[in-house]
Amino acid sequence: MTVSASAVHTEKSIGQIRSALTSGEAKAGDIVRNTLARIEAEDARIHAFLSVNPDYTLAQAQRIDDLAASGASLPPLAGVPIGIKDVLTLEGFPATAGSKILEGYRPPYTATAVRRLADAGAVFVGKINCDEFAMGSSNENSAYGPVRNPHDLDRVPGGSSGGSAAAVAAGMATATLGTDTGGSIRQPASFCGVVGVLPTYGRVSRYGLIAFASSLDRVGPFAATVRDAAAVLGVIAGHDPLDATSSPLPVPDYAAALDATTGVAGLRLGVPSEYFAEGLDPEVRAAIDSGIEQLRAAGAEIKPISLPHTRYAVPTYYVIATAEASANLARFDGVRYGLRAPESNTLSAMYRKTRDLGFGAEVKRRILLGTYVLSAGYYDAYYRKAQQVRRLLTDDFLAAFREVDAIITPVAPTPAFRLGEKTDDPVSMYLADIYTVTASLAGICGISVPCGKSKTGLPIGMQILGKHFDESTLFRVAQIVEGFQG
Amino acid sequence: MATAAIVSPEIMAKYEPVIGLEVHVQLLTETKAFCGCANKFGAPPNTNVCPVCLGLPGALPVLNERAVEFATLASLALHCQVRERSIFARKNYFYPDLPKGYQISQFDKPLAEHGWIDVPTPNGTKRIGITRLHMEEDAGKSIHDGFSDSATRTYVDLNRCGTPLIEIVSEPDIRTPDEAYEYLTRLKEILLYTAVSDCNMEEGSLRCDANVSVRPRGQEKFGTKAEVKNVNSFRFIRAALEYEIERQIDVIEGGGRVVQETRLWNANEGRTYSMRSKEQAHDYRYFPEPDLPPLIVSSIRRAEIAQQMPELPEARRARMVADYGLTEQDAQTLTATRAFADQFEAAAKTAKSPRRVANLIQSELTSRLKAAGLELEQSPISMKGVAQAADLAEEGKLSSKQLKQLFDIAFEKSEDFPVVYEREKPQQITDASEIEKMIDEVIAANPKQVEQYRGGKKTVAAFFVGQVMKASKGQANPGLLNELVVRKLDS
Repeated sequence: MTVSASAVHTEKSIGQIRSALTSGEAKAGDIVRNTLARIEAEDARIHAFLSVNPDYTLAQAQRIDDLAASGASLPPLAGVPIGIKDVLTLEGFPATAGSKILEGYRPPYTATAVRRLADAGAVFVGKINCDEFAMGSSNENSAYGPVRNPHDLDRVPGGSSGGSAAAVAAGMATATLGTDTGGSIRQPASFCGVVGVLPTYGRVSRYGLIAFASSLDRVGPFAATVRDAAAVLGVIAGHDPLDATSSPLPVPDYAAALDATTGVAGLRLGVPSEYFAEGLDPEVRAAIDSGIEQLRAAGAEIKPISLPHTRYAVPTYYVIATAEASANLARFDGVRYGLRAPESNTLSAMYRKTRDLGFGAEVKRRILLGTYVLSAGYYDAYYRKAQQVRRLLTDDFLAAFREVDAIITPVAPTPAFRLGEKTDDPVSMYLADIYTVTASLAGICGISVPCGKSKTGLPIGMQILGKHFDESTLFRVAQIVEGFQG
Repeated sequence: MATAAIVSPEIMAKYEPVIGLEVHVQLLTETKAFCGCANKFGAPPNTNVCPVCLGLPGALPVLNERAVEFATLASLALHCQVRERSIFARKNYFYPDLPKGYQISQFDKPLAEHGWIDVPTPNGTKRIGITRLHMEEDAGKSIHDGFSDSATRTYVDLNRCGTPLIEIVSEPDIRTPDEAYEYLTRLKEILLYTAVSDCNMEEGSLRCDANVSVRPRGQEKFGTKAEVKNVNSFRFIRAALEYEIERQIDVIEGGGRVVQETRLWNANEGRTYSMRSKEQAHDYRYFPEPDLPPLIVSSIRRAEIAQQMPELPEARRARMVADYGLTEQDAQTLTATRAFADQFEAAAKTAKSPRRVANLIQSELTSRLKAAGLELEQSPISMKGVAQAADLAEEGKLSSKQLKQLFDIAFEKSEDFPVVYEREKPQQITDASEIEKMIDEVIAANPKQVEQYRGGKKTVAAFFVGQVMKASKGQANPGLLNELVVRKLDS
């Protein structure tokens, strides 16, 4: 297959939709019908969507149009077509988490972040494909088949929120929700040339997010522009009494702050040497370097920094994430919902057969790894040690943020790789997360923003990392970087 | 009850049992530990459930503040040190009535530690240590029988999932089954006083597992222990421990070794059965629960909770002995539950003689309750009724025989004392001449006793009172009778 530029398309922005609706120039029903038509036309080759429900979607749009007709003021995301990663629950749609074990499962409740979008007038165009239980860096671990990169259908969109990134890149949604545990928003955003936000841990409620690793999982938006991503985050962020780990800190109006931004003059931006070492693709390096130079030219102060424990991040991440996953995925046992293997004579046979049939290879690998690191006799050597290293990694960032306002790095060592390229080598796949797992472990916020392309036209993203609950600075820097792009 | 019944008392005496108890107690909160579902026993199956307690994908636990308050109150009542920062942990195991595949519990940083309970023993008061008190959630119920297809199916009721529990672990300080029984009785009493639980063993709101081993007397090292589960009354705990101690001694005396294992008590057969050995034991893979932040109970909060502490049984007993002139034994009975002690005190305050109220309870009420198989709180005769009876007796308006008859009727018909008294209104002979006539007859028939009395043995008067009372079928007015007997004998 050759590069298919036609698959890349930009949907109307949130601002355009708003002015079209308020001026009466378009109706929400028309906007959403266009989006559904686009999905119908494009998704056969991209495969970003796992379920659509046009009746549901059009009914939502109709309510917006009725509201507009009544002359009432429209909520902030009125009529905006949004897709939801299939690890988040939305009553009325299935929630498979990309797994066979949840085939046919219909959740009886809606995730907090999703409900907040609905309350803000968003219209849901469908549930989106992802790696099984958000475990993967290429979207090849979906039980329902991989998603393809709209920039090159032979290449992966990244993972695990590959479908969420691809849907925005292919104009099948104005924004989408994804989740990020070790890089699952930032890396696909980079591969697909869109904006993806990793909010600070606790910024967005996890209620209704089918857990992979609870201390790392975050819900965040994808959009074509920094401003749209900021607007969506502003809606989904904030304290939720249903999530004990959600923060009570007030949420700034990110989008309004962007409109009033003063650029990056005077901002101190750190560049950690550890992220520009061996293994970084020269084209990626060149793109990030040039982005950094442009930021310097725009008035930012660029400071070299060190995050000395970076090299321990990948193993630390894979110990903690898999340990938590081994417990989080124990509930998929065939007893109450989802798949149950037939013809089991004993309880333990039912468990074993159901889980063998229902889980894919990568999920099984991680459950085994996580079970092992928590086992009697191994806990201290693996899990406890990993928690200690996690503290050191966090301290690295806290120390750095005393010197700088944000940190600039690549998102991934390479642009999008080919389908099948890494599937036989889990470790090389894990190393694709090398620049993203650090922020996940430290709980800080991050963003992936397009920052140039490879010679073959593949997008390359810049990662900007910020202090806990300082998403505003990320948006401010990212919008400048976005402005450099043609 | 069957026991191993093979080990002689001499051999038994060579060994010392070591016992530790783990008690699970459901907290009486309105809602469950981590969601807003009603915490209620007896609802139709799977009706008090929501995404959180069903463990549906994506649902998250949020800790019930009230459960923390109750657990802290219980900790303080048991003299525990409450941690300012405790940690919830996941205890991982698979079972159909455990919907998340793990139980939220606490592990290496429990809510409270280092407590104790004083228990009476034949050698005086003994202090039993409490290692820890931690918070956790209950699982659901697997129902293996009672359905037409129970041979091939198990049904699961998840109403109980997420019910807040505290687990109270004792030190291995207990040395006899009787001490275990006393420890549990005291523990239950204290918990009932704090009102954090109803401690109803039949409904499973108090459950107990026992760890027991034996060692030759004088040896410091513990023997290999067995854990005895599935015991649903304190009497059975005592019986199960008696059985298990004898079994272990028999194994050792027979040249064998006790294996570390979990054993189930079978109440029908009065013995324990091996359930699983140590090799089959679970590795629960505890790790900190990432969905819940550390539980902080600040010193201010702790002090606020301590303010709610009611007067506990031991202190109350001491005060009641002082206030009402009761014996220690009376006070013991009267404080068995807080509600009961409250009722007693309310009755005693209005009664002419609190001591007589207490005596009536001890002599007349408890024996009848025992015979009827009733608990104190199920008594047909209320404390008010006992107080009324005491006053009538105190005023001499009721002979003790009449009182006994009225109590019998009350128990027979399940009626309170005032009701029975109103209806029966026992006849009393208050006509002095009629009583005198009976006294004359008794005196005439017992010249020897008359001689004794007149020889200075004044206590013989009671003999005459008793004889006349008997002759009057218990109907003579006791006050009048006493007076007349003395007058006649002295004349």
